[in-house]
Amino acid sequence: MSATVPVLTKKDFQTDQEVRWCPGCGDYAILSAVQAVFPELGIPREKFVVVSGIGCSSRFPYYMNTFGFHTIHGRAPAVATGIKVAHPELEVWVATGDGDSLSIGGNHTIHMLRRNVGIKVLMFNNRIYGLTKGQYSPTSELGKKTKSTPFGSAARPFNPLALAIGAETTFVARSIDVMQQHLKETLKKAAAHKGAAYIEILQNCNIFNDGAWQYLTEKDARSEHIVQLEHGKPLIFGKNRDKGIRLNGLDLEVVQLGNGVSEHDLLIHDEQYRNPAYAFLLAKMEEMPGFPTPVGVFRSWNDIPRYEDLMANQIKDVVTKRGAGDIDKLLRSGDTWEVR
Amino acid sequence: MATITDAVESKPKRQVIERAVVRFCGDSGDGMQISGSQFTNTVALYGNDLATFPDYPAEIRAPAGTLPGVSGFQVQFSSSDVYTPGDAVDVLVAMNPAALKMNIKDLKKNGILIVNSDSFADNDLRKAHQATNPLEDHSLDAYRVFPVQLERLTQAALEELGLDAKTMNRCKNFFALGMCYWLYNRPMDHTYRWLDDKFKSKPLLAEANKRAMKAGYSYCEATEAFQVSYEIPPAKLAPGLYRNLSGNQALAMGFVVAARQAGLQLFLGSYPITPASDILHELSGYKNFGVLTFQAEDEIAAITSAIGAAYSGALAMTTTSGPGMALKTEAMGLAVAVELPIVVCDIQRGGPSTGLPTKTEQADLLQAMYGRNSEAPIPILAASTPGDCFWVALEASRIALKYMVPVIVLSDGYLANGAEPWRIPQLSEIPQIPVHFVTDPQGFLPYKRDPQTLARPWAIPGTPGLEHRIGGLEKQDVTGNVNYEPLNHEKMVRLRAAKVEAIGQDVPDVVPSGDPEGDLLIVGWGSTYGSITAAVKTQRAAGRRIGHVHLRYLNPLPRNLGQVMERYAKVLVPEMNMGQLSMILRAKYLVDAEGYNKIQGQPFKQAELEAKIEEVLSYGAVGTGKNGR
Repeated sequence: MSATVPVLTKKDFQTDQEVRWCPGCGDYAILSAVQAVFPELGIPREKFVVVSGIGCSSRFPYYMNTFGFHTIHGRAPAVATGIKVAHPELEVWVATGDGDSLSIGGNHTIHMLRRNVGIKVLMFNNRIYGLTKGQYSPTSELGKKTKSTPFGSAARPFNPLALAIGAETTFVARSIDVMQQHLKETLKKAAAHKGAAYIEILQNCNIFNDGAWQYLTEKDARSEHIVQLEHGKPLIFGKNRDKGIRLNGLDLEVVQLGNGVSEHDLLIHDEQYRNPAYAFLLAKMEEMPGFPTPVGVFRSWNDIPRYEDLMANQIKDVVTKRGAGDIDKLLRSGDTWEVR
Repeated sequence: MATITDAVESKPKRQVIERAVVRFCGDSGDGMQISGSQFTNTVALYGNDLATFPDYPAEIRAPAGTLPGVSGFQVQFSSSDVYTPGDAVDVLVAMNPAALKMNIKDLKKNGILIVNSDSFADNDLRKAHQATNPLEDHSLDAYRVFPVQLERLTQAALEELGLDAKTMNRCKNFFALGMCYWLYNRPMDHTYRWLDDKFKSKPLLAEANKRAMKAGYSYCEATEAFQVSYEIPPAKLAPGLYRNLSGNQALAMGFVVAARQAGLQLFLGSYPITPASDILHELSGYKNFGVLTFQAEDEIAAITSAIGAAYSGALAMTTTSGPGMALKTEAMGLAVAVELPIVVCDIQRGGPSTGLPTKTEQADLLQAMYGRNSEAPIPILAASTPGDCFWVALEASRIALKYMVPVIVLSDGYLANGAEPWRIPQLSEIPQIPVHFVTDPQGFLPYKRDPQTLARPWAIPGTPGLEHRIGGLEKQDVTGNVNYEPLNHEKMVRLRAAKVEAIGQDVPDVVPSGDPEGDLLIVGWGSTYGSITAAVKTQRAAGRRIGHVHLRYLNPLPRNLGQVMERYAKVLVPEMNMGQLSMILRAKYLVDAEGYNKIQGQPFKQAELEAKIEEVLSYGAVGTGKNGR
């Protein structure tokens, strides 16, 4: 069979269903980026399966003209694992949010990630429960006032990427709904990754948590508050690219370039770095006052075997050793006796 | 029927009897399950019919010698039909005072009691809360007591092997087993082979256990302790090749065969839980049949991964017990809504909550019927014997695949761990399971139904042109698009119910065993099959007009069940719950079904059922038909 793939366009991935997110929602931008990237991957459309849980983000599959499964709250990673293990050749993507992935689905998320199932998770982080109309989420900041926390939330938030890194996720990245080009590039890198990928997409909910990421997305703020991670390149940021991140012992520090400090002194990003402390330090920057928020690929480990491949190989090995299963022999296994 | 207890007066060296019930009991670390299953396999190979009842505590190793730590294994074997492991015991092997205390009530008067007299020191008695030593206080006068120094004798037999005391002590269960082999004139070679295989890498341990067993056998011969030994000729089972099979083994094998007959890969998503875990263990060993076993992070992932596998075209299943079943509730509703074929096996145990993890119960029927939000009907099948689990696995898979529905299989702890001789079917006796994946995009709509089965098409990812979306939101009929319209919702609710009802066309009419009409119909389901069958047989022999229907299909029920019930004056429903099937029968048929309910974590005894039958038939209007109405 020839492997030619018909040329696909963005339109091929759009459905006839009316998109029902609130006008101005960041999800539109994410949908548009995914619809733009999928046709560029050289994969036949029927191989894509988009799986989701519950929440605004989880309506995603209805708008993607692929195979799609809108499951139940928090369980998308487990449903996706079943799909991927049974059919490793499928391209399985999960669309989820901070509530779906980190609260009710936290357990499935970490286990799917630590197994390294070849699933790409797009985690839309708007730091709020949108579909249930505005309760605080596991990524809402401490003290956040919402409908369910009128006097401020008393719960410390999750750092999603620190969690993913802690779960030994082999591909960890962050992008932002409004950074279309960056988002598309990040999605392409995730698609090229064989194992599990966890992509946090900072997304604005203009109804219940408007401006959640304003300090990153405002014009002029971007260059001051964001540092772009690029493999093999130093961590430089600032409007005039005059600031950098330097390693000082086990800590990071922001330094001003010049006055004897040069690019050579800065941290050079290595997404394959094996010491988990490295990616973890990067993930924690977002919480550290005075530090820019990193976007891009935090970690990309390409040599870790995928769960579904290990499973399939085990079957192959046992078949080689014992021969393909014979039902008649199976029925007659163990001690038998004849009654005449 | 002749039993040991009857046979005591005459004392030939070897006496032929019809049946016997033997129970091994001791600490959960004493190897009682091993002794019991070895004895069982040996009598099975000889050709006896049999039924077993392993009964063990939830704690892996409760403190040694205490009452909560007692583990037991009972087997009834016979030269004629065996339906239950037996109400009372002919031979009781008790390894310590705690085991003796917990089990002595089940030993028949004049029955044989073999006790490990090495474990009746003051300290042992204290741990069992025994004020006096039963070996000395005449409390056992009704039995034939054989105190045997199991520990000292075992140590003496193993002296030359240079093992430490603890290891030698662990072999004493084989000494006791050897004694039982002598008592019933059974060869030891099967157990020799088993030991060689089990201790392949530790031949010294194999040798130690063999010597202990041989010593037990020789002890009986040399001391002439028992005076009599017994012979139970082979049973007249239907011709064929047989093996011994437990319910969990049978389910596992049934699903492997079902997948093969359907031409699909088998996927099991499971989370360990007693008493279902053995199905996961069994299936994990069948990799050469292409079986994918996924030990999930929790019960919910276990079922949702199965739903994912079903979506992508596998024969998918999940196995659990009551508490896990409760956790799977929402996902079962999803399977109903997206109309995908999965099989959910619930190996019931005592509840509520964690309840009695190792004890049996039938109290999940209403959970299986109704335990989901909104209207979410699911077909339910129940296995009646360990071997029947095989056939139920096949039938559940067939229904799931034909009607595109989740199916629940109910088994229980008693079936799961109990074993019986099982006639191995020829491959030609096992039906093919036709499966159809749609491939033609022409006219494809995800919820366009087959008019006869109401099944929707199975369109698996990877099929060009069939890209579509499914999910838990209400669908529009035919197109499967999200739809919230009132009339569409009612239509879909009714369609999902009609689909389950349609399965009734495949459900065979029930034919009562025993009397086709009469004074009493007993309606049972699940593992009560053996006790009811045995009780009905005896009661009919005593002249009572009784029929017995044992339901394999609990949803939908067989279409003629209502008419059949009308042919009897009374309907009795024995269940190991508070009356769940009787509630369904009363609601559905307005029949005056009477419940007989036992909720003790233990199966019905034949005698209990017989007493109930006699009681029911002793009052009220006895006539023909209409349940006294």
